[in-house]
Amino acid sequence: MKDTRTEARPIITLEAVEKYYGDYHALRGISAEIRQGEFFSLLGPSGCGKTTLLRTIAGFEDLSAGRLFIDGQDMAGVPANRRPTNMVFQSYAIFPHLSVAENVGFGLRRSGLSRAERAAKVEQALAMVGLAGFGGRAAHALSGGQRQRVALARALILEPTVLLLDEPLSALDKKMRDQMQGELRRLQRQVGITFILVTHDQEEALIMSDRIAVMFEGQIAQLDTPQMLYRRPVSRKVGEFIGVMNFLPARATVADETHIEVEAAGLGRAVIGPDQLPGGWHPGQTQSVGIRPETMSILYPGETTDRRVATGVVEDLSYYGDMTYYEVRLDGVERPMTISMKNLVGRPVLERGTEARVAWDARSLVLFA
Amino acid sequence: MKRPLRVYAILYLGFLYAPIALLPVFAFNDGTVIAFPLRGFTWDWFRQLAEIPALHAAVLNSLKIAVISAILATCLGVLAARAATRFAFPGKKGIMGLIMLPLVLPEIIVAVSLLVVLLQLGLSLGAWTVIMGHVLIATPFAIAILNSAFQGLDRSLEEAAVDLGETKWSSFRLVTLPLVMPGIISSLLIAFTISLDEFIIAFFLTGTEPTLPVYLWGQMRFPQRLPVIMALGTILVLASVLLLAIAEYARRRGAARTGQKDAGGFL
Amino acid sequence: MNDGNRGPGFGRSEAAQGYLLVATPLAYALLLLAVPLGAILLFSFWSQDYLTIDTTLTLKNYREALSDPLYRQLLLRSLMISAAVTMATVLAAFPIAYYVSFYVAPERKAMWIFLITIPFWTSYLIRVFLWKVILGYNGVFNTTLLGLGIIDEPLTFILYNANAVVITLAHAYAPFAILPIFVALEKIDRSLHEASRDLGEGYLSTFWRVTLPLAMPGVVAAVLIVFIPTIGDYVTPVLVGGPDGRMIANMIQTQFLRLNNAPMGAALAVLTMAMVTVVALVFVFLNRRYLRGRE
Repeated sequence: MKDTRTEARPIITLEAVEKYYGDYHALRGISAEIRQGEFFSLLGPSGCGKTTLLRTIAGFEDLSAGRLFIDGQDMAGVPANRRPTNMVFQSYAIFPHLSVAENVGFGLRRSGLSRAERAAKVEQALAMVGLAGFGGRAAHALSGGQRQRVALARALILEPTVLLLDEPLSALDKKMRDQMQGELRRLQRQVGITFILVTHDQEEALIMSDRIAVMFEGQIAQLDTPQMLYRRPVSRKVGEFIGVMNFLPARATVADETHIEVEAAGLGRAVIGPDQLPGGWHPGQTQSVGIRPETMSILYPGETTDRRVATGVVEDLSYYGDMTYYEVRLDGVERPMTISMKNLVGRPVLERGTEARVAWDARSLVLFA
Repeated sequence: MKRPLRVYAILYLGFLYAPIALLPVFAFNDGTVIAFPLRGFTWDWFRQLAEIPALHAAVLNSLKIAVISAILATCLGVLAARAATRFAFPGKKGIMGLIMLPLVLPEIIVAVSLLVVLLQLGLSLGAWTVIMGHVLIATPFAIAILNSAFQGLDRSLEEAAVDLGETKWSSFRLVTLPLVMPGIISSLLIAFTISLDEFIIAFFLTGTEPTLPVYLWGQMRFPQRLPVIMALGTILVLASVLLLAIAEYARRRGAARTGQKDAGGFL
Repeated sequence: MNDGNRGPGFGRSEAAQGYLLVATPLAYALLLLAVPLGAILLFSFWSQDYLTIDTTLTLKNYREALSDPLYRQLLLRSLMISAAVTMATVLAAFPIAYYVSFYVAPERKAMWIFLITIPFWTSYLIRVFLWKVILGYNGVFNTTLLGLGIIDEPLTFILYNANAVVITLAHAYAPFAILPIFVALEKIDRSLHEASRDLGEGYLSTFWRVTLPLAMPGVVAAVLIVFIPTIGDYVTPVLVGGPDGRMIANMIQTQFLRLNNAPMGAALAVLTMAMVTVVALVFVFLNRRYLRGRE
């Protein structure tokens, strides 16, 4: 999928990057372009190679094969300290023996700036992350959120071409995390630098990123915008990893150039467009369809719809206050599927065992091999 | 269960400290026989200490040996501890095992084996042969202390320094060294104390100039020297406790400065 | 590009950097530890011929050491004394370690451990010597008891024999035994005790079935750490041991420095090391089996 916004020039180019640790194949042929000024996320479960890829870009790991360009420069043989990248570490790596100001100004030692110029830059960087006046504090006396801001200021003060963030929010509690997500996004727009974020939290990636690379087992499974990743996952694995998705056994045949006929268990027959078919394979290879919980709804007695309707039984439910998640088993299907419903006035929560009519759209089906 | 254990613990501490507690008691006792009842207070024995040239020579010799041994052992300890905590390499276990071996070897074995080799090579004994032996036995202690200092270090701190433009060496100097400095001071003091107190190796490997423990050993045969030895012992114990307190203080300050939890003492 | 070594982008591989660092301490240990130990081993197969050393390899020294009652007795006695010291030290140390680990408030533990370790760092020679002063015929212990009228004449069985050696060594090595046991006890998850109590075990059976097995590695470490240095102790037997308290280290010293029979001394040293090794291996093996049996 092409980004619909203006094409920015690539700032990082990865060409068939491989990384071995002894026999362990950590990165398997990674090729990608990361654009100037975008917020880019590497998303995947632990052990998928996302952190290794980030550390490769930073220069902490050598490539076993392939090439890496930053801003058009081949990075082969360029050590971490001479790369135009800076990093926010997972542990923040705040130097415990230095003050906040000394931490933030650490990288300016070789800048040739005068003491006063450096102090001014440090104060400016601290102000940018909302820590103005904190310079004299001891680093180990800071809270988690403050440490993260110091780490950010310390990296951004060097005006890197690319800022690398290694799970920067994972050490924070939920409330702090939500707040920092917004702040990071704002900061990125303000400085206009490319941010590369490593995270295992799909929600975080969706909220913050312009584009996301979903990684499994050392490979990029899909590189796309958050919306496309959610709506059009290219594989069951991606669909399962991002959000909740229901899968039903299905078969598909080509009707004509713009129509594909699908027959899905429990839902019946439907006609869809070719954009709902991930590229690279023939509809005949279809094994299943995926459908998101919120694209379906349970019809209350007397309610009518012009959407397609399937029937089933409510087997279980989870009440979340604003939402209720129903486990509905459609007639003729073995496993129940999840349907999420907003709890509105006049829409009582249904009981277990209720016979339910489920409304759905052919537009929300995704085919999988 | 708590009360009887507490009573036992206090009695045990009494047992541990009883002999040492006697030192000052008889060091200030105005009598040549070490026995109760006490006969009055005197500074005499301490005054006599000041008038024995051989003792002063032995003290100076011991101090020289202890300072050099402490520095060498700590340098070797830094290298080994850094290698052990930071890098993986084949044969690491065996190599570290050999270096730590003196910790579990009776000292007499270390002493005689070094003696045999030195004599075979026709080398004369002296302060430097004692230093060789002391470095050998103090290094494992230095490594044990420095290992925990290096282990407490977040590896990404050094990476952060490199990421911010420092070279490998300057990041070691600017980040790692200041953070392990309390461990290094602690190691220096412990190695110094070990060398200062060590007897067997010094006894075998010393030349014509005895170290303080070797000198002390010679004096122990003479009953009339007992009160003087008690006075000397008092000073030695005080010096050891002082050094240890400084080492412990350095360790705690280091832990506090890096914001670590205090996880308890040496070793 | 690098050939796949795990290295942080600085060219040299991780292993190479490790070797570079460890090279100096390793060279030191090889030259001043491994080589001398090898030399001792070699020496023990040579023999002393008055003033010269006969370098033909022979088992003569070992034969003599194992057949001459004098040497045999010394070796055996060293083993017995060491075993007694180890047992006394470890048994006395366990309750202390247990108390500090389980009943002392966390913020005061460091202070307790500090208090326990201080005596260890004061001059060993002085500490042993003090026991001689305490236990002697006219020593503090006897004069005090005489002065209090508890005894009529000085007790003689407390100095210049094996008992005195055991008491003195048990005192000298106390912290050595307490520390490893304390560390092992500290590692035990406290909820395991609650789990055991929850499952119906009493205080003693919880100790027996949960605490003690988990503390076993610490106990084994304590045993080894006390046993190994005591078997080669030289100072204590000389100062408080008397003729019946002599140990193998004294004979090794005599062979080397007085009788000028280095090969015989070397053979005795090797035998001492062999005893240490055997005991160490037995305990390590027991510990392993014990641990495996639990898994």
